[in-house]
Order: sequence, then structure tokens, then C-alpha cells
Amino acid sequence: MTAIVGAAETERIGVVPDISALEMHAQSARLAVADAGLKMSDIDGVAAAGLSPIAVAHYLGIAPTYMDATAVGGCSFLVHVRHAAAAISAGLADVVLITHGESGRSRTGAPPRAPDPASPQGQFEAPYGTLGPPTMFPMGVLRYMKEFGLTHEQLASVAVAQRRWAANVPRAMFREPITVDDVLASRMIAYPMHLLECCLVTDGGGALVVTSAERARAMPGPKPPVYVLGTGEAAETPMVSMMEDFTTSKAFRLSSARAFAEAGIGPDDVDHLMIYDAFAHLPIYGLEDLGFVGRGEAGAFIAEGNTSPGGRLPMNTNGGGLSYTHTGMYGMFLVQEAVRQLRGEAAAQVPDVDISLAQGVGGMFMAAGTLALGTAAAAGA
Amino acid sequence: MSTTGDTRPRTVPKPAPRPTPDTAPYWEGTARGELRIQRCNSCARSYFYPRPYCPHCSSDDVSWITAAGRGRLHTYLISHRPAPGFGEVPYAIAVVELEEGPRMMANLVGVENTPEALVLDMPLEVDFEERGDQSVPVFRPAGSAS
Repeated sequence: MTAIVGAAETERIGVVPDISALEMHAQSARLAVADAGLKMSDIDGVAAAGLSPIAVAHYLGIAPTYMDATAVGGCSFLVHVRHAAAAISAGLADVVLITHGESGRSRTGAPPRAPDPASPQGQFEAPYGTLGPPTMFPMGVLRYMKEFGLTHEQLASVAVAQRRWAANVPRAMFREPITVDDVLASRMIAYPMHLLECCLVTDGGGALVVTSAERARAMPGPKPPVYVLGTGEAAETPMVSMMEDFTTSKAFRLSSARAFAEAGIGPDDVDHLMIYDAFAHLPIYGLEDLGFVGRGEAGAFIAEGNTSPGGRLPMNTNGGGLSYTHTGMYGMFLVQEAVRQLRGEAAAQVPDVDISLAQGVGGMFMAAGTLALGTAAAAGA
Repeated sequence: MSTTGDTRPRTVPKPAPRPTPDTAPYWEGTARGELRIQRCNSCARSYFYPRPYCPHCSSDDVSWITAAGRGRLHTYLISHRPAPGFGEVPYAIAVVELEEGPRMMANLVGVENTPEALVLDMPLEVDFEERGDQSVPVFRPAGSAS
């Protein structure tokens, strides 16, 4: 078994134009290594997305003998943890550092993001005016509404629920309480999605340190290890228009099923849940695709407060991409919050969290990564 | 301030596709006003986008066919943000389900791009619009061609 022994976000998140994307990787890496009670020289594996792990490793003075440049969108870091767990178990690496850094808002030292007109997306989607995630990600929402009767008010309640969590999170970008009416009165971005149903665009970074449970026991750091109970990854399509069914994510289903099976748990065992919320409909799809509720039930489930503070399934307790932060590849922050909740050090701490599940998405429902994480009690360690 | 004396409005073009060898027959078809898709001779299913192997059964025994050009509005969104070539007016980006089965992205013409006018599953028929040197399929309400 493997464990996350170090975790940290950049000192500042939100609007940070004075720090480049690369420095975001590096700063969070140094903080995560210190959080683990380790030295940079203990790191023999590096994984990164957005920028090359070669660039990150060299910047930090590491010559890694394990590297993972898996870049499948915002879930890349969850997939990195999965690959690191396998590599460590196979003896390919001892201590793997996973980094994220993105100047998503300020674009300081950020790589360009222009679609190639000869790619499938460039030939079969871009000519129709796809310009960034808001013009693609919500493509299935109207279909979902027609199939299952989801209302605009229920969709808006996702943003309301997450703002309730953010109210207790000092680092969240938006903390003022909002109502369903506020959401529906906000500017239309891509019908049926209003501004407050779309994620933030921010700067920030985060890093994780993963090692074997044996090493974590032999050389304990200052924080309790967070154990990797089960993992999953999956890909569906490079183009949102090619989704098999616009009311469900095949990648969510495949990836989460692997993680649940590997961990030997089911939805009822999960104390705390993070579902990547680039837009308000993702937690709805996620709750259903992961099996927490039945098909067509997630909108009412969220609107009734079940995922809000005090509800029976605490979800996106940092405020999520809608209220906390969203650098572009937000998945790193899912894992950071899951680790904080399992360590008992979250800003909006949920009582008695032994198992946390983090569900990431890559691109526009293109890929997915899932981590089931647990305390020593949950891991039997 | 112009230094050339040319006061014509400068219009930014809509993004143009660049065909590849595997997609060339599709774009040769659209240039002639035909919507071509592929059909697998092994499993008899049609598919889009173009590739030389059937995504359903992996057979390489596939043929190009000309689709009837009829479909239904499967889902859509209406972008309210200005995009190159699309100007300031909100425009719909849709997914159309073809009569033959496959779905494809398209814009919707000959109809107001509003939630009231765009009803899911409404019948559509293909039309074509220029994008650079290429012609791309778009869809209009069935029977609305002038």
C-alpha cells in the first residue's frame, strides 16, 4: 500500500500575477516536501502536467529516475497518484513528487492554448465556435434536463450549496452567501449556464508527496499519512460532441468503479466526497455516475441540502471550483482538500472523516481519475 | 486610426478546419454539398468522425456513404461570449443526431438561436457554410430551405 505523506498548495491562490506557472509548481513542491518532513534529495520520482516533469525536476535540482508526464486535463494529478502507487509497489520509485502550477487567470509564463486546425477537434468542433470550456462542457445539460426533468433552480442550487461551504474557508475566492435567485440572475455565459454556475479562473498550484506505507511507518513525518485505498482512471473521447450518452460520463463510471473495487468499498462507506466542479452540472453527473444516488435524482438531492454543511454527504467542502479556486486543471485541489479532511485540518472540517473519495475530470468529460483515500483506521494500517 | 484609407469593416473569419489525408473524402464531399459519413461493411453500423477503422467492431472494411442529410437536434448550448467570426450575438453550438445514427457538432441556421426556438429533437436538414477554403455542414429546421 502507498500513502500521501506530504501535501501543500501555494502560499497564495486566486489572483497571483507575480508568480509564473513554473514557480507555482516549484513553490508548492517545496512546501509539500517540507510538509512530509523530507528533503528534496529524498525525491526520486517526479510527475507533472501543464509543464514537463523534466522542467519541474530540473528547476528543483532533482534528477528523477521515475517520471510521469501524463497530461489528460484536470484529473491528471489523480492519475499521477495512481501511477505513482503502482510504480512504488513495483519498486520503480521510492518517493514521488506530483506538482501542479497554473497561471490560469494572469497567464504569467503560461503555455499557449491554441487548437490545431488539423486535429479532430480543430476539424469537427472548432469551426462551430467552440471557444473554451463554457462552449463545450455544458453540451449535455439540456439533454439531461429533458430526460430527467432537472430544473434550472436545481442546477443553480449546486452553486448555492458550495458557497455555503466556502463561507467557512478563508482561502476561498468567493465567500458571500448566494441564493438560487442570485445564480439565475447572474449573467448568461452559455445557456443554460449562468456565470455563477461556471468555475472561477484563478492562479495557483499544489503538490503531493507519495511513498510506500512501509516507508511512511519507518520514517514518520510530522503529519499522519493518508492512505491510497483504491484508484481508477478512464478516457472516453477527445471531443465532447462524441460523448456516447450526453446525460452521463462514461469516464466517471469506469474510473470510479475501478477505485471502489480496488478499495473494497461502496458509496455508503464514503464519509467525504470531492467531485470536480468545473460547471454546476458536474456534481450532478458525478453523484449519479459514482452510484451515490439513482439516475435523475442528483439535482433534488443537492437542492435539498444533502451535500451542504450539516448534510449527510459532505461534498466539495473547500467550496469547489465554483467558489474556492479553479486554475484550469483543478484536480490537484480535490486531493488537497481530501487530504486536509482526512488529517482533520480542513478549514470547514467535517467530523469523523475516515474515507474520502475524490473524482476528477479531464477536459470536457474526456477523461477521469478517481482516488479513494483513507486514514490509518480505514486502511487497517 | 487607419493609415491605409481602407475603412471597410475588418471581419475576423470563423475558424477553418485543415483536412488530413484520412478526412479528405469528407471535405471533398462537403465541397460538393454532400455530407459523407462512413459505414462498416462488417457490422453494418455508420459512424462519424472519419477514420479508416470501425469504432464499433475494429473492422477496416468500411465504405464512404452520402448521408441523407436529415437529423434531429440532440442537444445544444447558446454561447453568449464573443468568438472569432461569430460576433457579439449569442449563437448556438449543437449536436445533431443523423438519421443514420451518428451524431455531429454543428451550428443552426435559418432559425433564431434562442431557447424558445430551439426545441430538442426538432427535425433538421443539412446545409453548408464556408470556413476559409472549406465548406462545413450546418443544419436548418427541416423544410425551411428557401
